[in-house]
Amino acid sequence: MTSSLAWTRRRNTLLRFWGDFRAHHSALAGLAILACFALVAIFASLLADPEGLNVAKATAKSHAPPSADYWLGTDGNGISILTLLIHGTRVSLVVGLAATAIAIVIGTVIGIMAGFYGGWARSLLMGFTDWFLVIPFLPLAIVMASVLGPSLVNIIIVIGVTSWPGTARLVCAQTLTVRSRPYMERAKALGAGSWHQMTRHVLPNVMPLVLAHVVLTVSIAILSETTLSFLGLGDPTRPSWGKILDSAYGTGAMSNGEWWYVLPPGICVVLVVLAFTLVGRALEVVLNPRLKEER
Amino acid sequence: MALLTGTRGYVVRKVTWSLGTLLFVLVFNFFLFRLLPGDPIKMYTRGRNTPSEQLIKLRAELNRPIGTQFLEYLSNPFASTINSTRFNRPVWELVAERVWPTVLLVGTAILIASVAGIWLGIRSGWRRGGTFDRWTTGATNTLYAMPEFWVGMVLIIALPMFPSGNINTPGVSGFPDVFLDTAWHMVLPVTALAIVYLAEYTSIMRASLVDELRQDYLQLARAKGLREDLVRRRHAVPNALLPTMTLIFLNFGFVIGGAITIETVFSWPGLGLLSYEALRGPDIPLLQATFLLFSIGVVVFTLLADLLYAVLDPRVSSQ
Repeated sequence: MTSSLAWTRRRNTLLRFWGDFRAHHSALAGLAILACFALVAIFASLLADPEGLNVAKATAKSHAPPSADYWLGTDGNGISILTLLIHGTRVSLVVGLAATAIAIVIGTVIGIMAGFYGGWARSLLMGFTDWFLVIPFLPLAIVMASVLGPSLVNIIIVIGVTSWPGTARLVCAQTLTVRSRPYMERAKALGAGSWHQMTRHVLPNVMPLVLAHVVLTVSIAILSETTLSFLGLGDPTRPSWGKILDSAYGTGAMSNGEWWYVLPPGICVVLVVLAFTLVGRALEVVLNPRLKEER
Repeated sequence: MALLTGTRGYVVRKVTWSLGTLLFVLVFNFFLFRLLPGDPIKMYTRGRNTPSEQLIKLRAELNRPIGTQFLEYLSNPFASTINSTRFNRPVWELVAERVWPTVLLVGTAILIASVAGIWLGIRSGWRRGGTFDRWTTGATNTLYAMPEFWVGMVLIIALPMFPSGNINTPGVSGFPDVFLDTAWHMVLPVTALAIVYLAEYTSIMRASLVDELRQDYLQLARAKGLREDLVRRRHAVPNALLPTMTLIFLNFGFVIGGAITIETVFSWPGLGLLSYEALRGPDIPLLQATFLLFSIGVVVFTLLADLLYAVLDPRVSSQ
């Protein structure tokens, strides 16, 4: 009986949330863009034969402008840029999502512990977070990626490990406000331990705000992946948008005016990052009633 | 206790924190490269043919007790005992040569971007929700989504009449010629950097101005009969500039990120290009040096931002 009541309530909350979210037209557009790219990533092998990525089997002329056979021209090895773009979508999305997952887990654990225990634990953990927040992102990522060596897993680790401080601060601040609510006192009075309080009371109340932050973190992670791949720190065996730009830079595509080599990967990055940003901003407004009144 | 209250306490706290951060950076910079499994010599010389005498020197250096190495490093982090493996020269000598081109490039870009960004931020923030604001916000969001280096690459293709690399043409000499030649080479990289920074500064200024719009003193100024224009110029903007100035200082790390990729695209012989050359090796001693320098830069600018804020807004330090 109670559980069915809880489910109705949850469904209603979800419906109301969707109603609020739907009012943001730009966010809906962002969602549509993301759906397209997700489909491309999932069906990459059906859309473009992965054999086309094999340098040894490339038969086309290199640096060729767009034509009927190669809609977006070819790269420095004679590989179709469209094929590279389609398969690159997978890497960009996987790295963006996986790195964000790592960052959110680290950030949430540190943030909740710091906010919940307070006192010395908080000074220590937040001091550590502030240190990481101060160290400039790109130099840190470059140093870590050079030490670990270029691979898909390593680039995910590097971005994940360098992106958590923002989450930790947000979660800590939220935890502090939740901790002083009456229901926390009630839980404590009923004998709830720290673990129960943190996982059953703090976490569910902190999560909605973190959700908006997650979406924004994905957009930054995808940008970071592009930058690191451009600098040659990405997985050398997999195509990614940043790597296409790196090879364009390396083979002098700019001085030859090969716009088909440079524009498409950048436009893909801009579309995906912008889509995540728009969805994230809308979520922020929907989930944080205070912002709704202000803007 | 008296030491930790008031303005002096604030300054002491901030300086102590910065020193702690510096120590953290130093320790991190040293141990990250030493504590990883595997032969450090292999990592230091990965992907290159190192002359045997350089290898012997490197091995002798790295085989000393790690505690001794660490203490020596702590006593003077800038006295590099290991040469750059790529250039086979002391790393700080290499770094010193590259500082000024970066300062010139980044300084010019920041100057242009902050002036334009503050102007745009004021215009869009004052009438928020208006047409101008909607366009500006859309443009800033799009600019945020662009990788900086891609902006640079597109500019090179779109404007082929400007030089696409290096700081000057070889052979040009004499006072006005060198100056003009460098300025000519700066056009594209400065434009690219300024475009990227512009988005950041516009949104910072807009947000601070929007924060001020709710304040009662603006209502009072209007009630006194001040024209809307004067309310904005004399009251709202000066107050909104406070957080903007400090945020511009605080975002120094973001400035560095842009410099690394843009200098790479335009082969601008600065610190960013040096980091790129270091990581493409990888040249570990040089990477350590650039990382240390960038981190120190950010820590110093963060401290400056905190102190500046205390000077501009006495409420901060009196709390």
